[in-house]
Amino acid sequence: MNDHATTISEREERSIAAARSVNRRRNRQRLEKLRAFALGAGFPILLILIWDRAVAITGTRLIPSPYQVAVMMYDFSFGGVYDDAFSGTILIHVWKSVQRVYGGFFLAALIGIPLGLLIGRIKLLRQLLDPTISLLRPIPVTAWLPLSMIFFGLGPNAAIFLVFLGAFYPILLNTMFGVRSIDPRLFEAASMLGCSGTGMFRQIVLPASLPAIFSGLRIAHGFAWILIVVGEMTGVPTGLGSVVMDGRTLSRTDLVITGMIVIGACGFITDRIIVAISNRLLSWSPQHRE
Amino acid sequence: MSNADPPDILTIRGVTKRFAVGDGEVEALAPVDLTIPRSEFVCMIGASGCGKSTLLRIIAGFEEPTTGEVSIYGKVVNGPGSDRGMVFQDYALFPWMTVRQNISFGPRQRQLPREEIERTTDEFIRMVGLERFADRYPNQLSGGMKQRVAIARVLANNANILLMDEPFGALDALTREQLQHELLQIWKRTGVTTIFVTHSVEEAVLLADRVLVMSAGPGRIDSDFRIELARPRDVSSPEFNALRRDIARRLTSHLTLARA
Ligand SMILES: Nc1ncnc2c1ncn2[C@@H]1O[C@H](COP(=O)(O)OP(=O)(O)O)[C@@H](O)[C@H]1O
Ligand SMILES: [Mg+2]
Repeated sequence: MNDHATTISEREERSIAAARSVNRRRNRQRLEKLRAFALGAGFPILLILIWDRAVAITGTRLIPSPYQVAVMMYDFSFGGVYDDAFSGTILIHVWKSVQRVYGGFFLAALIGIPLGLLIGRIKLLRQLLDPTISLLRPIPVTAWLPLSMIFFGLGPNAAIFLVFLGAFYPILLNTMFGVRSIDPRLFEAASMLGCSGTGMFRQIVLPASLPAIFSGLRIAHGFAWILIVVGEMTGVPTGLGSVVMDGRTLSRTDLVITGMIVIGACGFITDRIIVAISNRLLSWSPQHRE
Repeated sequence: MSNADPPDILTIRGVTKRFAVGDGEVEALAPVDLTIPRSEFVCMIGASGCGKSTLLRIIAGFEEPTTGEVSIYGKVVNGPGSDRGMVFQDYALFPWMTVRQNISFGPRQRQLPREEIERTTDEFIRMVGLERFADRYPNQLSGGMKQRVAIARVLANNANILLMDEPFGALDALTREQLQHELLQIWKRTGVTTIFVTHSVEEAVLLADRVLVMSAGPGRIDSDFRIELARPRDVSSPEFNALRRDIARRLTSHLTLARA
């Protein structure tokens, strides 16, 4: 009886100790996260301070102070300060740009992923298309600008086309690379278990190359946000790129910087979303987690 | 497997294999002839590079023989099939599938009713003792557990020939012993014909009904030892050691020959 009692209390003690060590580990993790956040946020704050001081000391009128940009940002978001054509229009511009970015991006993914899977897997297609792709790929997307304006005219379609081109190659090439680097044993294992044909594409080729596909999507997504600005500089009335261009034409540097910040924030937030999705889908693969 | 089946499950007749390497050719297998009765446990042993993996891969249908043919119950093999299952040394599990999904992969290909797939999968998860790990991904498992999944994946697919290419070669000694024991239990329960390639003479004598010693240059079956010891086998018994010595002697005679 006595024995029994001791073992129970010992067990309790042990479980309390275990819980304590779990708590300690959790605290340490929380502290680590806080530190990373403080460092990551601290540096931009430092840059803003330097910017503020530099403007004040040099007395330049070409570059607005951070405070002026903040006011512009407020007006751009909510209006009520300058009450001009840009006041309170942020959502319209963001929405237009988002439509174009994701129009081009999803089109590129829709064509690039299946094509990459097929080219990676089927030798005939590879021989047929690989040289052409290698030839077209080095052409900078911006060099397509004149042609795309002939094809699509001045307007949003030219911008979407540029985004599509810029996003297409990283998606295609990463998908091809992903397929090419699948361990051939996985195909052997699948075929001995009775898998073949389209089942092989769906069950083996696609999931096995998903890590590579996602790194392609992420690179492509970054390009897409870069290119939308180029695309929207070609004479569309709305969109974040056109805001930046208008700011330049009107010599309103506060508007230019405001536009830049909004573009950066959009790119950042949407990139986080992609990372979250890929972490979810790739939880089986620790190398690809962030 | 009905009783009407002939006693020999696997017949290999005059199988050779040449690989093109650069401008030349490597002769990996000289004509190999071999017959294996149903439910036999065969170990293949031989120096590295003597063609063990090549022979196993030809049986699996991953490689075509240059000449000759492999047949299962008289039917000539021409490609991978679910009657034969390979267990690779490096597991080759599908990393994006959980243990359960890996094991149910074969049954799922055959579009069986859901309940039947689940029942088979559960049965083999239990057989290899991975109930608690069924929802883990391969990268969260130890080497021994991964190899258990690989074995279960093949058996759940109803394979009646189990091909194993140095399956326990990468495991530590304790895990290896454990898995050898479990494999024998599974083999006894299922009666699956097993061809097991190993480097270790002791492993071969411990497991097999029959040990084939292969020699290199080009690969062929040099000798065929029958192991009549009752299971479970005592590795320290004089009979065990006598067999081990005999086989090791056959094996090293080729090594010295090849070197000379
Ligand atoms: N795909 C291949 N291409 C060229 N040579 C190969 C290939 N596979 C095996 N070989 C050669 O065939 C011989 C037998 O190899 P293998 O069957 O892997 O031997 P083991 O498994 O007994 O170590 C070796 O000389 C090896 O180099
Ligand atoms: Mg080998």
